[in-house]
Amino acid sequence: MKKLFYFLLFLQTFLFAQQPEVVHLQAWANDYTNTLSSEQLNYLNNDLRAFSDSTSSQLVLLIIPTLNGYPIEDYSYQVAKENKIGSKKNNNGILFLVVKDDRKLRIEVGYGLEGSMPDALCSSILRNEVRPYFRSGDYYQGIKQGIDAIKAATAGEYKATDLKRKKGNGKGLPTIFLIILFIIISLFFRGGGRRRGGGGFIFYGGGGGFGGFGGGSSGGGGSFGGFSGGGGSFGGGGSSGSW
Amino acid sequence: MKRGLLVGCSIAAVVLIIVVALVGWGVGVYNNLVSLNEAVNQNWSQVENQYQRRSDLIPNLVNTVKGYANFEKDVLTRVTEARASVGSIKATSEILDDPKAFQKFQSAQANLGSALSRLLVTVENYPNLKANEGFLNLQAQLEGTENRITVARMNFNQVVQDYNTRVKRFPAVIFAGIAGFHEKQYFKAQPGAENAPKVEF
Repeated sequence: MKKLFYFLLFLQTFLFAQQPEVVHLQAWANDYTNTLSSEQLNYLNNDLRAFSDSTSSQLVLLIIPTLNGYPIEDYSYQVAKENKIGSKKNNNGILFLVVKDDRKLRIEVGYGLEGSMPDALCSSILRNEVRPYFRSGDYYQGIKQGIDAIKAATAGEYKATDLKRKKGNGKGLPTIFLIILFIIISLFFRGGGRRRGGGGFIFYGGGGGFGGFGGGSSGGGGSFGGFSGGGGSFGGGGSSGSW
Repeated sequence: MKRGLLVGCSIAAVVLIIVVALVGWGVGVYNNLVSLNEAVNQNWSQVENQYQRRSDLIPNLVNTVKGYANFEKDVLTRVTEARASVGSIKATSEILDDPKAFQKFQSAQANLGSALSRLLVTVENYPNLKANEGFLNLQAQLEGTENRITVARMNFNQVVQDYNTRVKRFPAVIFAGIAGFHEKQYFKAQPGAENAPKVEF
């Protein structure tokens, strides 16, 4: 046990020393290298938001300068996981990561899209759609081609759920029922305070195992402006490449 | 007389309350262990799936590579042999309770991993193969699977750590063993694993 503890401590300090900061995504298209012009960014932002609105799948672009030798697979997994790209129900998130100065790129695919975006396809998109443009220095065109190819591949996978309409009436009723039910139950069991104290234990420790599913509502991003994750999880699917 | 009865009754009540509280607490701890154990098994099957997926990719890969004239035979043989030895090991969640079996499983998989990366390094000498779309697709799948294995192993280790801490910490340790909850094995870094050849294309 002690050994494990020291090992983890060592691993942690080791990782913290090396690992670049995991970006907190604010927009659909994020460029930390000033490669794209603000019009291009704007266009991509609107494009990606529209894609999410119409398909419920969340595709996010992130361009960073360098990873200082940190593996791109680890970093992109962490960014995708921490930002909970994709909806919690469908896990339909994709991160398109470009590390400009390292000349590396990766498509990270959420669990729910691994069917329509198998690794071989991701790799082929990076090699055949994106790389030729990146090699000639036309980053914007390469990114656009890549995004279009991803959009085409995932188009039919999920339908935009009628979240807005459901929120109005469809979902409202059961929630009220649940609240009433809860009140009735808690009134009924009010005497059993001691028992609930014991039961608290269950929740205290139990949550640990399922960390990935923590917060995040299933609403697929605000309808205006910025990106917000929907709770999607990732299993390491996708492909990396270089140019 | 009346007073004695009263005292007796209150003592009985206090004892009863303590017993009820203890049982309630015990049930809580037990349920917690059960759900942690479930989480461990669930994560283990994820790990197992990904390893299986890697094994399933190998015949295709070997066949694709074999077609290329005078491709190093011993490299291919090593991959095939490593795959066979992986296949002969049962990977059910029972091995999590058995350090020796788990160690065997881990080293067999590591062996296959290094045989595969040697194969990919060797491919560097075959430009035709490297340009073959079929091979590139297989390679992407293989890399993706390796990455999934890493993620699945990481998640698994995390869950096992929660479980082990719970099983070995003071109150639960009293009856965890009796109730059949034992410390579980997890993946440790293999000596030399950090020096695994990194393949760049």
